[in-house]
Parts: sequence; structure tokens; C-alpha cells
Amino acid sequence: MKEELLKRVVKTPDGQEIEVEPLLDYYCQEGPTVQPPAYTAIIEKLFNWARSESLWILGFGTGCGAIEMRPLMTPRFDAYRYGIQWRPTPRQSNLFVISGYLSVKTLKRVIRSYEQMQGPKYVVGLGSCTINGGMYWDSYNTIKRLDDYLPVDVYIAGCMPRPEALLAGFEELKKIIRAGKAEGANKYAENFEWYKANQKSVIHDWDMPDYNW
Amino acid sequence: MGMQALYDTLKQRFPLGELTVQRDNLAFITVEAVRLYPLLRYLRDHEGFSHLVLLTAVDWLEDKQFQLTYLLHNRPNCQDVGIRVMIPRDKPEMESIHDLWAAAATYQRELHEMFGIDFPGSPRLTEEFILEGWHDTPPYRRDFDTLEYARETYRDRPGRETRDPAAHMKQQLYGDKGNV
Repeated sequence: MKEELLKRVVKTPDGQEIEVEPLLDYYCQEGPTVQPPAYTAIIEKLFNWARSESLWILGFGTGCGAIEMRPLMTPRFDAYRYGIQWRPTPRQSNLFVISGYLSVKTLKRVIRSYEQMQGPKYVVGLGSCTINGGMYWDSYNTIKRLDDYLPVDVYIAGCMPRPEALLAGFEELKKIIRAGKAEGANKYAENFEWYKANQKSVIHDWDMPDYNW
Repeated sequence: MGMQALYDTLKQRFPLGELTVQRDNLAFITVEAVRLYPLLRYLRDHEGFSHLVLLTAVDWLEDKQFQLTYLLHNRPNCQDVGIRVMIPRDKPEMESIHDLWAAAATYQRELHEMFGIDFPGSPRLTEEFILEGWHDTPPYRRDFDTLEYARETYRDRPGRETRDPAAHMKQQLYGDKGNV
């Protein structure tokens, strides 16, 4: 546990001594909740259409697959014409592309970032490393199945998949969203304990609140 | 100065082990652990080997030894010399050289984490370097079974096939005839 997260006594500017327990006092203890669909089907359909046409990707490259993002966002493949763009912060994005292998150390940051994204949010696993470990199947430090730790909507196979494959994957994701089946955030809220248990079984130095939002 | 000449010069001052010349400008010299520090200081101050290129370890499990290699570079002469030290595997401890090259502290931190080699006095030695919350055997030691650890820790997805590359290519190229 990091020192700044330990329970301690601090002195306020007016000389009072107060006890602080950072994980309880500085963070909200509330877990994620399931978001019900809109009250009529036609509204929900409109929402889903709008969501599918504005996929904003969190610019977080976890592994070597992040290199495929550059041709995708520049004029040759130009993903922006499909309503796909990259954002610098999790608060502004709704699509997390796990680009390639995921080490345990990165997984911790990925979980923090995923939980900070606003729902409805989607996860795309890129490359065979996220599917079954890929070439890192016997590594002591990389996870094998991404869907043990985060709800995944679409996997794009390959090592590495070309930008065309990514575009096809995003189109597939759009179809899933329009059909109202991209319920990753709700699945995460429903099975929160299961996901947390899996995450904590590999991240041995868990020094953050259970739900970082 | 050639590598043999350098070795002869050093030999007059330090008891040295064997010399392995790889190229005209690359050689390895084995020394005892206690001679390492003065030798490195002499090479740095008097022979122009002012740059520590890398410090790395090899796990000789069968010989029950770790081999440390200190690779030094002489910029004007474009020469590299590697100083090899063997230390016992059951008591992996080595003198720290962070006061000769500050960058060595980082290498020593890495070796402490990945091989469990101790360098007393090296700054921030016990801080986590790459791994976080690692409780098992240091992972670069050869008696650490990464495959076994991965099987225990991370769940497999069923349906993954593994083929022996040689047998698979034989089958691809020659079909059933390959088995004859």
C-alpha cells in the first residue's frame, strides 16, 4: 500500500488534529449501477443510433497494437469519417480499445480508466493477446483472457490486425450497439463482485478503491 | 591499444582470470568479486572506459552461480570491455558500483528484482522496479517456472491448439509422405 493511502493523523491549518483514512474519506464507496433503457423502445433506438455514430476512443495504448491507431487516425484510413475519434481522457470517451497484450501492471491502470469512463461504454479487444494470451501464453506477467477482467463487446483477431480489420471491427460494434446488445457497462455492474474477484486475484498490490469513478 | 595489450597492462596491477577476445574491439575478462571495484575504477579513470554500457546477469543454474557482466565502453578508441564476475547462487551478493556510475543503481535495482541479487548500499534498491506486488521467486531465475506460474494464475481459453512447428511444416509441405 502506498504511504499516502494509509490511515494517518493530519493537522488542519487551524491546529486541529484529525484522523484521515484516504481510501474511505477521499473516494466514494458507491459501486456501479445498472442503467435501465429509455422508457420507450423508439427513444432507446434513437439513443443507440446516436451512440453507434459517435465512438470516442480513449487514447490509451496498452501494448504493441497501439501502433495500428496511427494509420487509423491519419488520412490513409481516416477513421474520423465513421464518427470515430480519439480523446485524451476517460471522461470524454466511451470506447476502450485494449490494444494488444496486457501486463498485470497495465491492467491496473486499465481498470481505473475503464471505471472512470461514463456509461454506456464499450470495450474492444485487439489482437490475439487479448483473446487467449497470444504469443504471451506462457508469460508470468501478462493476462490471457481479457473478458475475465472487463466486459468485452468485440474481439478483433490478428497479430497485429491491420487497420482495415479494426475498421471492420468498429462497424461490427456499431451493429451490436444499434441492436441494443452492447450492454458491457451493465454487465460489469451486475457481475461487479465476480469481476473484482478476478481482478484482485492477479493484481496483488491493490491500492485503490474498489470502484474508481 | 589492442585487447591483448590492455589485458597485459591490467595484469600488472590486478590478478585477472581468463581473457576472451570476441573482436578487435570487444573482449571479456573474468575477475574475482573482490577485485571488481578497483578494476572498474582503474578502467574508468586511467584507461578511458568512461561509459557503463550495461550491467546484466546470467543464471548458471547447473553451476550454482550467477554471472554478472559489466560492459564498459571507451569512446575515443571505440572499444568495449566486459568484466565478468561469478558469484555464488545461494548467497547472491555483490558490491555496489553506484558511486562509480550513478546509472548503475538502476541496473542494480533491476537485478535485485528480477534475479534477487543483493547490492548492499545501492540507493532505492528494494523499491519496485517493473513488477508490482511480486511475491514469488524472482522471475528471471531459471528455477522459476513461468509456464507453471501462468497456468496457475491466468485462466486459459479453451480451444487453443499448439503444434510442434517442425512436424506441422512437414505435414504442410509433404502431406502424409512426410511421415515415411
